Order: sequence, then C-alpha cells, then structure tokens
Amino acid sequence: MTTATEAARAAGLVAPRARATAARPRGLSLALRTLGPVALLAAWQISSATGALTPDVLASPGQVLQAVQELWGNGQLADALSTSLTRAALGLLFGAGAGLVLGVVTGFFRLGEELLDSAVQVLRTVPFLALVPLFMVWFGITETAKIALIGVATSFPMYVSASGGVRNTDRKLVEAMRSFGLSRWAVVREVVLPGALPALLSGLRLSMTLSVIALIAAEEINSTEGIGYLMAQAQNFSRTDVLAVCILIYGLLGLAADGAVRVLERVLMPWRPTGARQGAGR
Amino acid sequence: MSATTPAVHLRGLRRVFGTRAVLDGIDLDIARGEFLALLGASGTGKTTLLRILGALDRADQGTVLVPPSRTVVFQEPRLIPSKRVLGNVTVGLPRGAATRDTGRRALAEVGLADHADAWPGTLSGGEAQRAALARALVREPELLLLDEPFAALDALTRLRMQDLVGELCRKHRPAVLLVTHDVDEAIRLADRVAVLRDGALVRDETVTVERPRDAADPEFAALRRRLLADLGVHQDTAPQHVN
Ligand SMILES: Nc1ncnc2c1ncn2[C@@H]1O[C@H](COP(=O)(O)OP(=O)(O)OP(=O)(O)O)[C@@H](O)[C@H]1O
Ligand SMILES: [Mg+2]
Repeated sequence: MTTATEAARAAGLVAPRARATAARPRGLSLALRTLGPVALLAAWQISSATGALTPDVLASPGQVLQAVQELWGNGQLADALSTSLTRAALGLLFGAGAGLVLGVVTGFFRLGEELLDSAVQVLRTVPFLALVPLFMVWFGITETAKIALIGVATSFPMYVSASGGVRNTDRKLVEAMRSFGLSRWAVVREVVLPGALPALLSGLRLSMTLSVIALIAAEEINSTEGIGYLMAQAQNFSRTDVLAVCILIYGLLGLAADGAVRVLERVLMPWRPTGARQGAGR
Repeated sequence: MSATTPAVHLRGLRRVFGTRAVLDGIDLDIARGEFLALLGASGTGKTTLLRILGALDRADQGTVLVPPSRTVVFQEPRLIPSKRVLGNVTVGLPRGAATRDTGRRALAEVGLADHADAWPGTLSGGEAQRAALARALVREPELLLLDEPFAALDALTRLRMQDLVGELCRKHRPAVLLVTHDVDEAIRLADRVAVLRDGALVRDETVTVERPRDAADPEFAALRRRLLADLGVHQDTAPQHVN
C-alpha cells in the first residue's frame, strides 16, 4: 500500500461497494428451493409416525406411496391422469389463446378496446363456477362442458395480462418502426409481442393455476373418469391415502406448470440479462 | 498533485469483460474541486470507469477510493415518469418543506423553476437533462459523475448546458469526472483532460488555456490537435467532435 493511497484513505475516501452481481451457484439455489417441500414432507412423516396424525384424518407418506403403487399397477392412475391432463391442456389452449388474441386486439387497437373491453370486463366479473349449471344445460355431461369451463376460467387472466402488457409497449419504439415502413401486423409481431412477453408469461402462470382449479370443479361435479372422479370415489370409501395422492398430483401439476413457464422465459427471452431475470431487487 | 487532498484515487484498476480487459491498470487521481474531462473513442471503457466510481459496477483488480457522497448524470435523463419534476429532483431525500425548497432552488439554478410541477414526459430533451443535473447537484456531492450528459442535445442547447455546468461546478466545487466525445467541450470546461485508449490513460494533462476559453486561441487549437491525434484523428482542420 503506497503512501498516496493511505493519504487518500485518511482524507475520508472509501472504496465504492458495487452490488455483487455474481450468480449464485446453481446447486445452492436448487437446494434452497427444495428446502421448503422437504420440510413439509418431514413434518408430515413425523406427525404420522408419532400418532399425531391418524390414518382416518390423513394417511402417512408410506401409505400414500403404497396407494400410488396400487393405482399405478391397475392402470387407474395413468388413465385418470391422461384424461385430466388432456382436459386441462385443451381448455388452457382455447382459453389462453382466446384471451391472448382479445388482449392484444384491445391493447393495441383503439377500436378494439372501445368495442370489446367493457364487454369482457363485465363477463370477467362472473365467477366461472356460476357457469357450471348453465354449461350442463347447454352441453350435458360431456367433455365439451368441462373443456369450455376450463377455457372460460383461463381466458380472463390471460386477457388482462395481455392487454396490459401490450398497452405498456414503448410508444417511441412503435413510432420508430412505423417510420421504417413496418405494417401494423409486423409492428405487433416484432415489437409489441416481444415487449409484452413478461406480462404474457405471468398471465400464462395465472391461467395455468386456474386451469387446475377449473379442472377440479368440472370433474368433482360430474364425471366418470379423471382425477376428480378418483377423488370422489376415494371420498365415498374414506380412502385418505388416495385422496392424498390426488392432492399431491394437483400440487405437482402446479409445480410442473411453474417450471414450464420458467423454461419458457429462458427460451423466449434470451435478450434479458440474467440479473434482470432474477429480479431487480436481488 | 499529491499536495492537495484527493477526491478520487485509483491504482492499478482492472475490469475484464469476457477475455478483454476493458480497463487495464488505470492510475488516476482527481483532486477535490477539480474538473477532469475523460475522452476516448466509442467502446474504450469510459462508461465502465464511471460506473465503477459510482459503485454501479465492480472492479476486478486494483484500488478504488471515492468520496462517500457521489451523484451521476447519465447520458439519458433517467427521470421517473410517475413523479413530477420536483419529486424527481428530491427523490430519496427526507421529505419536508425544507427539502422542497432546496429542490426548487436547484431547479431555479438550472432554469427550470416554472417546470417544478410538470411531468417528466412533457419536458424537452434539454429540459429533462437539466432536471437530471438538478437532481445530481441538490445532493451537494463531493464527486459529480457526468456520462456524456449533453450527447443527445442539439448544438445550441449543448453550448448552453456546457456554460451552465461550468458555472454550477465553479459555484458548488465538487470534483467532476466528465466523460465526453467532444474535444472542444472537454477543453472548454475542464481543468484537466485525460484520454483513454486500449485500457490505459494515454494522456493526462492540465489545461493551461486561459479562461474564458476561446477556440480561436492558438493554445486551444494546439491542445485540440494533440487530443485528436490521441483519438486517432489526424487532420489540419479538425472537426468539432469525434464519435
Ligand atoms: N456488462 C457488460 N458485459 C460485457 N461487455 C461489456 C459490458 N459493459 C461494457 N462492455 C464492453 O466494454 C466495452 C466498453 O464499454 P463502455 O460502455 O465503457 O464504452 P464507452 O467508452 O463508454 O463507449 P461509448 O463512448 O460508446 O459510450 C465495450 O466494448 C462493451 O462492449
Ligand atoms: Mg459510454
């Protein structure tokens, strides 16, 4: 350390402290993420083992594992899973697709907003569960009724996110692209949609959550197959182990949906610096 | 130089992006109240150096010492669109009538007294940049970091802003680091000019041209020629500024 440096320190100068931008090692991040679920599982196991949680309230993790093996062995679980997943996926596809198109139209075109927005906002306030009886009258106990219910439930969050995201597009960028002769559709494709992607993906997240909720509602009420049907049956026979399996499956579906959106974020938005992707506050 | 108290003290500063050392062993001292202009071609690392001094980026190696109170004026105004101009100037300061008064005074100094209650989106480019300058000065920093604050302005506004900055800096006496592409601007405003090239300071000299500085002064012209040569421009009739 030279004397000039010492003098500078003595004069009250300090070393600037930049926020550490180095990424956390992947392993540590993953370990922290799994900590919460593992703790829950441990608490469940401990309370079952000590007798605090009796099987007629909730089966122990071991019993649940056996139930999984049983249901998987006789093919019930695979059937129920594929039926339910198809319903949720189709409903999400139609619902989120419609929400996306309507949201972009109302967000980007003034006429679209004037024509559509108030109508959609009115419909949005109707709880989708209130539509169950109506859909039964319209479609009967069919797949269409279930998929339509999921579609309706998932369209609104997507609509709100999409129109908000599109409305927040940088007007100056749109103006610049117009001056280069891009058509409206080209502006939407090149500037508006990429700019709205963060909003679209958070809309997709909400829609995915709602698709599972709507799936439960649709399957609980009337169905002869699917996870909801499995649950209804288990309820009749007080099989808390099967009930736990179904609840866990719903939880895992939510987790998988979240993971899918994270991957989509990484794939669809390669221009975002890693720091920003991790959140501005961290 | 060593006799005066320093406001910035850099020894062996290194910053590497990928495999390229953008800053490679920078030694630099800026005295209290001194105005240093830093010139350099595009991509030589001027902004990187300024960001390290402002604690917005980290150094990979070397000693960096700066005063505790520093403020930055960026190339763009960076005003918060959801706050009125006065709110932007006093953002982060303790609330109260006293702060509002200081803010209004700072706005008056940059000639924006009438725009205190305007939204940033309604300001012209020069006005927004003046608001950003007021925001930096109201904190009475010991070190003022200016990153090409006039680059986006028209020539006339730029001349006015240069005069304004020169005047305000003489009045408030912070140490100033002005990053610029404009050789004339550097000579007009600075006590000292430095040129950054290939990660090192290839020139660091005190400006001896007498104030008020006039481009017609032969000493001014000679310094400008030297600086332009450092920047890789060899011309008899030098252009106004290089990019
Ligand atoms: N975060 C970063 N990651 C990778 N490279 C970077 C990063 N920031 C800057 N660089 C690189 O460092 C070099 C110097 O950048 P810097 O912004 O400091 O240049 P500059 O001298 O301010 O240029 P200009 O005059 O054009 O503003 C550039 O080549 C740039 O590509
Ligand atoms: Mg720069």
